[in-house]
Amino acid sequence: MIRLEPRRQHSQKMVYLSPLLAILLTLITGAIIFAFMGKDPIEALYTFFIMPINNAYGVGELFVKATPLVIIAVGLAMGFRANVWNIGAEGQLTMGAIFGGGLALAFYDSESALLLPGMFVLAAIGGTFWAAIPAWLRTRFNANEILTSLMLTYVATLFLSYLVYGPWRNPEGFSFPESRAFPDAALLPIIYDGTRVHLGAIFALLIVAGGWVLLTKSVVGFQLRVVGQAPQAARHVGFRQKRMVWFTLLLSGALSGLAGMFEVAGPIGQLQPSISPGYGFTAIIVAFLGRLHPIGILFAGLVMALTYLGGELAQIGLGLPSAVTGLFQGILLFFLLACDVLTKYRVRFGTVSKSGETA
Amino acid sequence: MDWIVPFILTVITASTPLLLAATGELITEKSGVLNLGVEGMMLIGAIAGFAITASTGSATLGIFAAAIAGMVTALVFAFLTLTLMANQVATGLALTIFGVGISALVGSGFVGFAIEPLPALNIPVISDIPVIGPILFGQDFLVYFSIFMVLASGWFLTRTRAGLILKAVGDSHDSAHAIGYNVIRIRYMATLFGGAMSGLGGAYLSLAYTPMWAENMTAGRGWIALALVVFATWRPGRLLAGAYMFGCISVLQLHAQSAGINVPSQFMSMLPYLATVVVLVIISSDYTKIRLNAPACIGKAFRPAQ
Amino acid sequence: MKRTAAALAAVGALALGMGAAQAADPLKVGFVYVGPVGDFGYSYQHDQGRKAVEEKFGDKVKTSFVENVPEGADAERVIRQLAQTGHELIFTTSFGFMNPTIKVAKQFPNVKFEHATGYKRADNVATYAARFYEGRYVAGVIAGKMTKSNVIGYVGSFPIPEVVRGINSFMRGAWSVNPDVKVKIVWVNSWYDPGKEGDAAKALIDQGADIMVQHTDSPAPLQVAENRGIKGFGQASDMIKFAPKAQLSAIVDHWDEYYIDRVQAAMDGTWKAEDTWHGLKEGMVHMAPFTNMPDDVAALAKETEEKIASGDIKIFEGPIYDQAGELRVKEGEVAPDEMLLGMDWYVKGIDAELPK
Repeated sequence: MIRLEPRRQHSQKMVYLSPLLAILLTLITGAIIFAFMGKDPIEALYTFFIMPINNAYGVGELFVKATPLVIIAVGLAMGFRANVWNIGAEGQLTMGAIFGGGLALAFYDSESALLLPGMFVLAAIGGTFWAAIPAWLRTRFNANEILTSLMLTYVATLFLSYLVYGPWRNPEGFSFPESRAFPDAALLPIIYDGTRVHLGAIFALLIVAGGWVLLTKSVVGFQLRVVGQAPQAARHVGFRQKRMVWFTLLLSGALSGLAGMFEVAGPIGQLQPSISPGYGFTAIIVAFLGRLHPIGILFAGLVMALTYLGGELAQIGLGLPSAVTGLFQGILLFFLLACDVLTKYRVRFGTVSKSGETA
Repeated sequence: MDWIVPFILTVITASTPLLLAATGELITEKSGVLNLGVEGMMLIGAIAGFAITASTGSATLGIFAAAIAGMVTALVFAFLTLTLMANQVATGLALTIFGVGISALVGSGFVGFAIEPLPALNIPVISDIPVIGPILFGQDFLVYFSIFMVLASGWFLTRTRAGLILKAVGDSHDSAHAIGYNVIRIRYMATLFGGAMSGLGGAYLSLAYTPMWAENMTAGRGWIALALVVFATWRPGRLLAGAYMFGCISVLQLHAQSAGINVPSQFMSMLPYLATVVVLVIISSDYTKIRLNAPACIGKAFRPAQ
Repeated sequence: MKRTAAALAAVGALALGMGAAQAADPLKVGFVYVGPVGDFGYSYQHDQGRKAVEEKFGDKVKTSFVENVPEGADAERVIRQLAQTGHELIFTTSFGFMNPTIKVAKQFPNVKFEHATGYKRADNVATYAARFYEGRYVAGVIAGKMTKSNVIGYVGSFPIPEVVRGINSFMRGAWSVNPDVKVKIVWVNSWYDPGKEGDAAKALIDQGADIMVQHTDSPAPLQVAENRGIKGFGQASDMIKFAPKAQLSAIVDHWDEYYIDRVQAAMDGTWKAEDTWHGLKEGMVHMAPFTNMPDDVAALAKETEEKIASGDIKIFEGPIYDQAGELRVKEGEVAPDEMLLGMDWYVKGIDAELPK
């Protein structure tokens, strides 16, 4: 029988050790699974975790893949702390891409240096707009934001589909569903030659830093922390719930919108029916994996990105089906989440509980 | 007007998987546990049901296998979130990733298999009554089961002692614990029930709705089921209405397209989602009623003080 | 451990770009799929082609594939990873991979790329596609003969040229034997959602369709046809198992020969960046057995198939008017491939609005 004893204080040591333990457990479990599937376990684990980043291009790709995850997750984490459940970041991402990308398409032959900044603004507006709907419905009509934000995601992706199959289709593209290519002035500059790392990666880092400052140094951050930890107390102190709903939804909407624009103005370079392989949903995991803390989210985003890259190489190099990637990711996440318990509790084995030791 | 009867039949089959999974999730959430892994559990149920049916030839065994597989998956979730107190939202999402992967892995041997669809319980004479006959008496077992479970859940939550205890656990685990209820055990049971029902929802897809196995065949229905629980404001009766409304509008827009209505199909496809939002807004405006229904402790970890 | 060390060394060497093929090394061939190989549809058929290559060349080739590749930022990385790990011939099998393929091809001039269903080529990028619409014409002829209600139900995925071309071709086939045929079209906005495809089929049947045609990937619409006692056509692969009483035929994708030919050409050094559009004649498209129909209809279908293969029937031979009445192809002319490639209009007589 496993028993958990609460620690008086969160163990600082365990905050760092538990992810390492989780990774170790994942490696062992993974090795067993791969051996069971007839693959060399060491080679398989090497392929998953080392090979993706053993060259500059690979490291670059890690940043490319982690950028949208981190940006979205930082925004979501603020809301989750205040019990605001924005499940629709994917839709806000799509709207950001539509607004920002729309500007690039409207000035498809422009060389203006103002185009890119304009896209930033519009993308943030697009994402904010799409998040404002659930915020308004929640504060005005008490409609649960889990449902409204999720449903609006479907609406946003269908709207993008309508645009690229219809009015925004490339007139020179043989009627295929894609927009014109964005002009160079609308593309995010590459920050390291020979890779695809774009300006968005810098922004991701700035957003992490900004999130950290907001959370730890500002009044709003203090309120967020209090609301998350003791909602009753927060109500007594008089923090206005509605204002929290608006603030966190609009913030995460704006960040998701930016992330969407970074995708289309970065590695994709045009609008097309599918612009995100579910970043808005994966970012929810990243947010919690990072313990709703910007710095944690940065690492969680990189780990998550690494498993995707590793999964691709495992298919190429080892002939493992993509299903194994999902399985392996699931197991890694299970371990990471389970080992979190160690920061707050001590594990004791045996059924006898020592009396006298209370929480 | 002879399209009405088949139309209703289509709506019923389209809604049944949503209804099964959502009923399970509703009970789970009522106990204070938020399991976002419905999509993953449905897929695991779908492949388990299909694999067993295809290899044994017995749909009955397949249905049982689906429920059990769903429960086993939910057990993983319950162990992580209830025993180890891992975060429920993240664990649920991880469960979906895991479920997509493992169902595809197991299912790779069953691609392209054909099975007999789940038979309808045709009752002689009664099923032949025009209109009412095929709708009321011409369905397969799982359709009746889904409706029965909604009614049973409603009865359970409002009329039984066990149901009241379940709600108490979901509303205030500390009080429930103080009175002497085993919060963790009750939540385990509610989560396993949710897993079994999600498994059945998946099995309905692979055995009755479209009798086949294909990777990711749920195509997002687990998410719709989750949304329906919120939509229903945690009331089984509204769940029934919500699932059928969603199914009805989904099918209606296909009919409208087929009849040649000249609106871009993407806008038609948006209708079920938009309608759900609009109806939710209308029924949510009564602030107090919702508050009383939403389990107050949803998603929060519980650890008994010693 | 020795084996592991060797493997690590090999992997490392490849990553450093030292894995250039020597004479005895197998040719590495890569495939990129947009869906899972377990979809029993489009990606599944491509993977059958890959397996045919492996079977044909044995240890002279080594194939790899990556499935479920999203048509976004990830595609470029996957294609590049294949190129970087020593794959000398890479097939990217979905339209959305076009721009990433071109980009990567520029960086790896010595690697040969083949992109399916696109229109951009380069010195080391060939394109290929199948004339599925030829099969649809045959299906149209059968449907025209078999329908009693004169209403065809058509489940569409997205209104892209390939699908529009298929509808036009199908209807021209149907009208060639029965001018009263009408078509009802439902777009499900998905290539792959069995439940939705099935519901669309039901809606079409409820509105009078007695022949089901689909341009989506799952067997669901055909299963519905079987269940409701009407007839239909399989898509991408022979789906007779799912509808033994309903399937009239199926338009089967058959990539085996093409892939084998191209791999052979790469081995022989005769590979060139061409555009290949094969159909019934070359066997890239073929019809599943004609079942569940009277002998005379089967004979007519067979004859139509042969005539298309021999060129006696030219499907888009003028005069062809579009819905607005504009003359698109003049009498005595045949629609050029560029027109077919970008077809975004319905031929006159189709009583439905094309979403734009």
